Amino acid sequence: MTVAPKSEDYDVVVIGAGPAGLAAAATSAEAGLSTLLLDENIGPGGQVFRAISSTPVTDRNQLGADYWVGADLVQALRASGAEVIHRATVWSLDRNLEIAVSIGGASAFVKAKRVILATGALERPFPIPGWTLPGVMTAGAAQTMLKSSALVPDGRTVIAGQGPLLWLLAAQILRLGGRIDRILDTTERRNYLAALPHAFAFLTSPYFAKGLSMMREVKAKVQVVSGVTELSAAGDGLLASVSYVAGRKRETIPADLLLLHQGVVPNVNLAMAAGVEHHWDDLQLCWSPVLDASGNSPVAGIAIAGDGAGIGGANAAVVRGRIAARAAVDALAPAAAAKLPAIATLRADLAKAERGRVFLDTLFRPAPQFRIPSGDTIVCRCEEVTAKDVLDSVAIGATGPNQLKAYRRTGMGPCQGRLCGLTVTELIAQARGKSPQEIGYYRLRAPVKPITLAELAAVPKTEADVKAVVRG
Amino acid sequence: MFRRSEQDQRPPVQIFVDGVAVAARQGDTVSAALLASGVDARRSTAVSGAPRLPYCMMGVCFDCLVTIDGVGNRQGCLVPVAEGMQVEIQKGKREIGK
Repeated sequence: MTVAPKSEDYDVVVIGAGPAGLAAAATSAEAGLSTLLLDENIGPGGQVFRAISSTPVTDRNQLGADYWVGADLVQALRASGAEVIHRATVWSLDRNLEIAVSIGGASAFVKAKRVILATGALERPFPIPGWTLPGVMTAGAAQTMLKSSALVPDGRTVIAGQGPLLWLLAAQILRLGGRIDRILDTTERRNYLAALPHAFAFLTSPYFAKGLSMMREVKAKVQVVSGVTELSAAGDGLLASVSYVAGRKRETIPADLLLLHQGVVPNVNLAMAAGVEHHWDDLQLCWSPVLDASGNSPVAGIAIAGDGAGIGGANAAVVRGRIAARAAVDALAPAAAAKLPAIATLRADLAKAERGRVFLDTLFRPAPQFRIPSGDTIVCRCEEVTAKDVLDSVAIGATGPNQLKAYRRTGMGPCQGRLCGLTVTELIAQARGKSPQEIGYYRLRAPVKPITLAELAAVPKTEADVKAVVRG
Repeated sequence: MFRRSEQDQRPPVQIFVDGVAVAARQGDTVSAALLASGVDARRSTAVSGAPRLPYCMMGVCFDCLVTIDGVGNRQGCLVPVAEGMQVEIQKGKREIGK
């Protein structure tokens, strides 16, 4: 489906076809607004519903009922009449709501009256010694391969970290007959106490029973070590072993695959590049956009839905998508809004979906030593910059992430800070005795994903464009 | 490191990795096909030449960079395999003209 958009103008352009984007695009198109959904992946679903239309895992129990909810969302989208383009990488969005998108090696430009960003989340960086070794991956990476290609870990496999996804992945790997040798749980003991005041909401949320039964399912088959306070990977050009400390006891085990996970954080690059203000969230330890109750950002016409609006999970993402689309319909075609669910109903749905979240955020708040590395541990994977390099630069005058670029090129490689940005902010904040909010984040700009100069040069130019840069 | 579940009934697709035929399945991404194949798919980084394999598989880490049909620096985790596709494990920087 590498075709250019059919039009240059749309009422609503939705970016990202995960839970929020699917729901937003369907709602907007159902209400009669011209709607374009742009998505970077091969098919719809985002991460949580990845490969929902194509997965070779046909036994529905293996991926679980929560996964197959995605099929209904895709069906609703297909029935809605929204235009959908996959393998479309949006590389620019500006305050005029002009969008540049790369499709099949060529860029197209579309303009929207409203943009709904549904770019979701990515896994929090997990900068431990050896995390760049081949054989060390994120838990999400293994889950992506499991869902889209029915691939399961085969060699000696260790899963380390914390959070709901870790247990879900472990259960799915076991159901598909894959191998897990050990699970290293890095949840801090003190978090259990801190989370206790929020336990009632969690106990009465749907997460509780599901989470408990999944953990039981996994613990019956795999050795789980809890209270892990140190973690490192080692090997010569390839992962060979994983070392950890639990209860002051150090152990080293041979491993071919280490899957890391310590929660997810909003994927902020496109929103920040569009000028949407973000604030440091001290509970979720990440940047979250400034939004009103309908997901509208301070940039007129740009709304954010789903985990990009602050981590809330798939159920909340779907409702946030509907709320953002509903706000677009209210603004552009108020008469059509009558057909949609009442805003009070949507808000009640959202409150229900977000129930128990504070408990999860508090319990699975990652420990400082797994967020803020030291010594030779790599911080910036692209430019291969260590924690010591960062601290040395701070000592001679690098005051924040943007200054650090000039010293060390952190965040200037192809990933554009996605895998180092949070670490750099927290590392500098700690070194300088300031808050992450004071330290700030990389100044992000288009193109938010790399495109070739040839593709840029091939973009159609007006006479005015040429005159602006050509002399004489 | 990874193996295919027996229930996978997708049709086969043949790709070539550094000239050698590798069996993939329809719907695999290039990175998934490489990791499933058992071939040494480690690229080397542009900065130090360190070996790497895909890390995130969702388009954000760029550790899956690979040359596909003569074009360098492609994110292998975002590109589906196609019959006869020529994949080269990228060593170091993208070369001029590739």
